[in-house]
Amino acid sequence: MLQVEMNKKKVDAELDEMLAGYERDRTEVIMVLQDIQDKYNWLPQEALTYVAKNWQIPMTDMYHIVTFYKAFSLKPRGKHILQLCLGTACHVREAPFILDALERDHGIKNRETTDDGLFTLETVNCVGACAQGPILIIDGQMRGNMTQTKVGGIIRKLRKAHKEEVAENE
Amino acid sequence: MNKFASAEELTRYQGELKRKTNGALKTISLCGGTGCKACGCNEIHTKLVEELNLREIRADIKVTGCQGFCEMAPLIVIRPDDTLYIQVKPRDIPEIVEKSIAGNEIVDRLVYHDSDGKPIPKESDVPFYKAQLRLVSKKTPYIDPMEIDDYIALGGYSALAKVLTSMSPEEVISEVKKSGLRGRGGGGFPTGRKWESCRKAEGERKFVICNADEGDPGAFMDCALLEGNPHQVLEGMLIGAYAIGSSEGFIYVRHEYPRAVQTFSNALFQAGEYGLLGKNILGTDFSFEVAINRGGGAFVCGESTALMASLEGRVGEPRAKYIHTVEHGLFNLPSNLNNVETWATVPAIIDMGVEEFTKIGNEKNKGTKMFSLVGKIKNTGLIEVPLGATLRQVVFDIGGGIAKEKAFKAIQTGGPSGGLLPEGMLDLPVDFDKLWEAGSMMGSGGMIVMDEDNCVVNISRYFLNFLKDESCGKCLPCREGIRYMMEILEKIEKGEGTMEDLETLEEIAHTVADTSICGLGKSAPNPVLSSLTYFKDEYIAHIKDKKCPGGICKALINYYILEDKCNGCGVCAKVCTMNAITGKKDQVHRIDLDLCEKCGACLESCPTEAIVRR
Repeated sequence: MLQVEMNKKKVDAELDEMLAGYERDRTEVIMVLQDIQDKYNWLPQEALTYVAKNWQIPMTDMYHIVTFYKAFSLKPRGKHILQLCLGTACHVREAPFILDALERDHGIKNRETTDDGLFTLETVNCVGACAQGPILIIDGQMRGNMTQTKVGGIIRKLRKAHKEEVAENE
Repeated sequence: MNKFASAEELTRYQGELKRKTNGALKTISLCGGTGCKACGCNEIHTKLVEELNLREIRADIKVTGCQGFCEMAPLIVIRPDDTLYIQVKPRDIPEIVEKSIAGNEIVDRLVYHDSDGKPIPKESDVPFYKAQLRLVSKKTPYIDPMEIDDYIALGGYSALAKVLTSMSPEEVISEVKKSGLRGRGGGGFPTGRKWESCRKAEGERKFVICNADEGDPGAFMDCALLEGNPHQVLEGMLIGAYAIGSSEGFIYVRHEYPRAVQTFSNALFQAGEYGLLGKNILGTDFSFEVAINRGGGAFVCGESTALMASLEGRVGEPRAKYIHTVEHGLFNLPSNLNNVETWATVPAIIDMGVEEFTKIGNEKNKGTKMFSLVGKIKNTGLIEVPLGATLRQVVFDIGGGIAKEKAFKAIQTGGPSGGLLPEGMLDLPVDFDKLWEAGSMMGSGGMIVMDEDNCVVNISRYFLNFLKDESCGKCLPCREGIRYMMEILEKIEKGEGTMEDLETLEEIAHTVADTSICGLGKSAPNPVLSSLTYFKDEYIAHIKDKKCPGGICKALINYYILEDKCNGCGVCAKVCTMNAITGKKDQVHRIDLDLCEKCGACLESCPTEAIVRR
């Protein structure tokens, strides 16, 4: 599993600044957690304790909430977020075959992050672009009419770019 | 901009805007809906601006919300000529600007062509649009959703002005009751009656809530309305709040729709600036504020009590409904929740009058309904039809029939908890009651068309899998029943099912439907029950003949190469990760069934369609 070092003091300071506009009312908690996830790409334990303390919500409730809603991730996510739509329209256009291909050919499993920290794959239910299904969203960019072959090309390209980046930095 | 101090000021401003925009310039309406965004409409916009600047031509570019014809994305409409250009590429822009903006010609190769190859340049003549009746989505193609002036120029907020200055709250409720409007989120409950109960309920505060947690996979009507015409939704909420006697509103938007959140936030800001939201709206005693909440990604939060729990910052678990939310809803106070489309219909009713509105639809179902028509259909897109139109009209007149000349198998209405209807039911009128009687439901308006290559067992299993993940787990029948039904279907998919399984399946289905707390569980067995009614032979084919008629269930199919179609190009052998395909160049290839993983990569890449599965 991908490991990410978090510094509690740093997290506290960052969140103090980022969440200053909130009134610390219980009704805000889901949106607060969404903002935190937008920032870190996941919900680190440090952030959960911060919210629990400042919004006065028991930790059991916090975990109830973050495990109930699909938007939240308790594990660090990769550099590239792949979201494959498995809504009904994409399903009837054979999106599950693409899901299989990602795991079989590229070692990218649903709801997991690859060991190199490069990809996280998530499935979503309908993003509202059914005419172009199957849809794959790569870091927020929507790509339509996906096929196993096209997906292969995209993954290879991203891996190559990453390798080059690493080589350049070394 | 000063706030409007009265309804007259709004009317005066409306007049000014109309004079200003009256046919002075050509308008290029570029669809910026999600579907067109996925097809690169941003690049087209850049190129358009560039080209107009280069030639020093003045024209009005409007990036609108979803115009509906997603299949032909990206779309451009030139007004006032009403010329529709489809599947436009950035390289087409210079020619469009030259001929249709600078001149008055039509670029023939970019207009829609019917099946006989005849060009149809006018948008309103294209069959996809011609067979529709657009009431709620009427203004979207003419509006930049980020500009309140565009909405006002088309008569926006007149309905609010009329209501605030000339009608009492009771009169508004009576109008809505007379209109026969029923909840567009799927329940079909009479909107006016709901409003009336909420108005009569006692409470120091009352809430108006807009449900935009559109979780049905394969449905994007609410998304399109919020992204395309947010002010119409807001105007509906304002009218509702006035009628109910509420000054606080919420909108709960699904987190998968970041653009809807953006357009609606902007709408709230602009309406506030104009004095159409906030204190003393249009100089009257009526005040109203709206807060946006982003959902956390849970299908069950589309259920009203679960949504309210989520608004309170708790997990979205529904509760039993014998306590009505109109009396004890959000924070245990009277709350009136309606779906996006319902709110957006209200201004249309006030504008056109009850008499005109009730001419549309049939006896118990008035007005229009938006649907997202998707799946294996020629013209995928967002449509609006009068209630009571038949499924056949939707699938064939608007949808253009099944894509790739395949045969129609089923249409699924009502989202994951709706039903599958066969060809024999195509003449069924689309309304709340008829769909319910047929074992399906209206739902929020997703319509998914399936062809001969889809498997009914697989689709039912897909819906159960979805609902199993989305069940909140509070009540046992839903939590355990759905899982158990799914296990049986998995067994059937593998060819290991028995006829006895079908009986068990039906029994569990009825139990789940009868004993679950909320709508999710109550309707979850619909796909199973409807497919058992209309497609039992497909189940039997899986069980007795060990065959999947749709060619989907992996355990029951194999891939083959048709000798007469294979040209020996070798593409299939190249994409096969199992090295199961062999053959010499330019000679017929073969699949080794022992090595084949049945992934379908070969079928997808074969240029001559020589590979089949059966």
